[in-house]
Amino acid sequence: MSDDKATPGRESEERIPAMQSILDNPFLLLFIGVTMPTVFYLIWGIMEIVTLPVAP
Amino acid sequence: MATFRVCPDSGFYFNRSAERLIKVNAVAGVVALLIAGILALGVVLTRWQEVHLLSPQDFYLALTAHGINALIFWIIFFEMAILHFASSTLLRCRIATPGWAWAGFMLMLLGAIINNVAVFQGRSSVMMTSYAPMQAEPHFYLGLILFAVGALVQVLVFFGTLVVAYQEKTYEGSVPLVTFGAITAAIIAVFTIASGAIILIPTFLWSLGYIGHIDAEMYRIVWWGLGHSSQQINVSAHVAVWYLIAGVLFGARPMSEKVSRFAFFLYILFLQLACAHHILVDPGVGTEWKIFNTSYAMYLAVLASMIHGLTVPGSIEVAQRQKGYSKGFFEWLRKAPWSNPVFSGMFISLVVFGFLGGITGVVMGTEQINLIIHNTIYVPAHFHATVAVGTTLAFMALTYLLIPVLFRRKVILPTLARWQPYLFGGGMTILILFMLGAGTLGVSRRHWDMDFTGAAMVFEYPGMAYTLMAIAAIGGLLAIVGGVAFLLVTVGSLLFGEKLEPSAGFLQSFLGKALAPSAYAVERPEMLPRAPKLTVEEHGSAGFEAPGTFALAMLLLVSFVVYYFINWKYLASVWPLS
Repeated sequence: MSDDKATPGRESEERIPAMQSILDNPFLLLFIGVTMPTVFYLIWGIMEIVTLPVAP
Repeated sequence: MATFRVCPDSGFYFNRSAERLIKVNAVAGVVALLIAGILALGVVLTRWQEVHLLSPQDFYLALTAHGINALIFWIIFFEMAILHFASSTLLRCRIATPGWAWAGFMLMLLGAIINNVAVFQGRSSVMMTSYAPMQAEPHFYLGLILFAVGALVQVLVFFGTLVVAYQEKTYEGSVPLVTFGAITAAIIAVFTIASGAIILIPTFLWSLGYIGHIDAEMYRIVWWGLGHSSQQINVSAHVAVWYLIAGVLFGARPMSEKVSRFAFFLYILFLQLACAHHILVDPGVGTEWKIFNTSYAMYLAVLASMIHGLTVPGSIEVAQRQKGYSKGFFEWLRKAPWSNPVFSGMFISLVVFGFLGGITGVVMGTEQINLIIHNTIYVPAHFHATVAVGTTLAFMALTYLLIPVLFRRKVILPTLARWQPYLFGGGMTILILFMLGAGTLGVSRRHWDMDFTGAAMVFEYPGMAYTLMAIAAIGGLLAIVGGVAFLLVTVGSLLFGEKLEPSAGFLQSFLGKALAPSAYAVERPEMLPRAPKLTVEEHGSAGFEAPGTFALAMLLLVSFVVYYFINWKYLASVWPLS
């Protein structure tokens, strides 16, 4: 009986939290780390410039 | 076949191929630092108005070469060494595709040489930023492109090595925090290099005449994705170095792995957006873009730096207190090994980065008070605090650690080595503080002549500005002496230092030749075990384990609040709106 109780306990100890799974995946981090500045800095910034009205 | 050796002093496992690559990248970086340091002399002695050493042509040439060699070549070569160390050595695995890594290194070397040739030929004195429509010779851009491609190849090899370590199960659990910091640096490097490719390839074609026009504003935005992000690679890399040195010297463990990793995650998310602070006075982009990228996103990256600035000394304090240095608030700090350049270099780097680089960075990232100092000499003061002291001094400290461990030579001139971080850090601090003052008085950056001799329109700086620039130059000279001392000690050690491994000769030190086969006796290193959990982390009370660090953090906060208030007050006086 004690074994029955101990087994799920060990399983829960070994369960990897979601945040750790994200931080353990360098390619997911690479995707996030490139996408964020590309969208918020580069694309947004370039769109602001290309939508500027041309001087007459 | 045995391809690993274990360092008897540090316990690090070095893979033969990785070791060679770490060495050549580090040595190439130091050569770039030497060039940058020589040119710094010309820059400093010209901006000291009473000396005014160089002609305008030579000044802008020297400034261009100094900037590129110091901010791009030295730093990124050394960062490649750190990436290979943080992957192969710390994860105890072979390096993925060493042939590709060598190809990447050779491309970087070729690019650096071509770019330097272009600058020294005298027709590419366009500063590091090379703002269009100012045009350099085509090989100026070609050199940078080749360098960037080579760096990208080495970064991809780093990611490949992570896969190798994972698949071959060379470590248990998550990668070490230092490796995680290196992953952060590599991710930022990918964005940096991509931005560089987006803008430098068309600019190269424009310089050849294949493209008729490069939009100046477009160039500025995309180029700063390269120019500023390249300095964010530094931040991630030198923070990883801080953690490494704290661990090696003190056996210190991060106060909370979770918090430190989350801080690196904040870097991945937000640090690169700080590029926008260079565009804060540009009329082409709107306020929403400027404020989101600086005053919101950038502050989250600043928060991450503050976390690292707290947890690195905090972890040292906890380790020191466990050794019995627990009297009062600061016995742990007083009894730290201040005569060891590995520690003193790292700690000065940390303090100057936080107090000078961090605080001035926030001021520059705030749209309103940025107006007071935009494009003044305040800006170089800021990045000398972050890059020249924060990054360079941290890398110098790491070099002292690596000479016996990696190069298997004993450090020579120990007294000079002991004083070197103080000379370099102290000189740089003087340079930075007085350039900050001069910048606040409006002194321009990248300007040959404060007197505006013969100019149609002149501006008369207050006399104090000349005094501040002169004192800054004296600080700069002191820092150059510190740089010379670093090169004497490190290059001298590789040439004349006592051999800790009989086969550690000239070729092994400078050209990446492997040590004798007998040095590599390990076929497969032991698996890197999962670090045991910290008691304090489980209780969530780590903050109270380090009261001295908490006091230092409060000092930083008060300094920041006072300085921030002064800048707003100054803004109110120069823009009298009420």
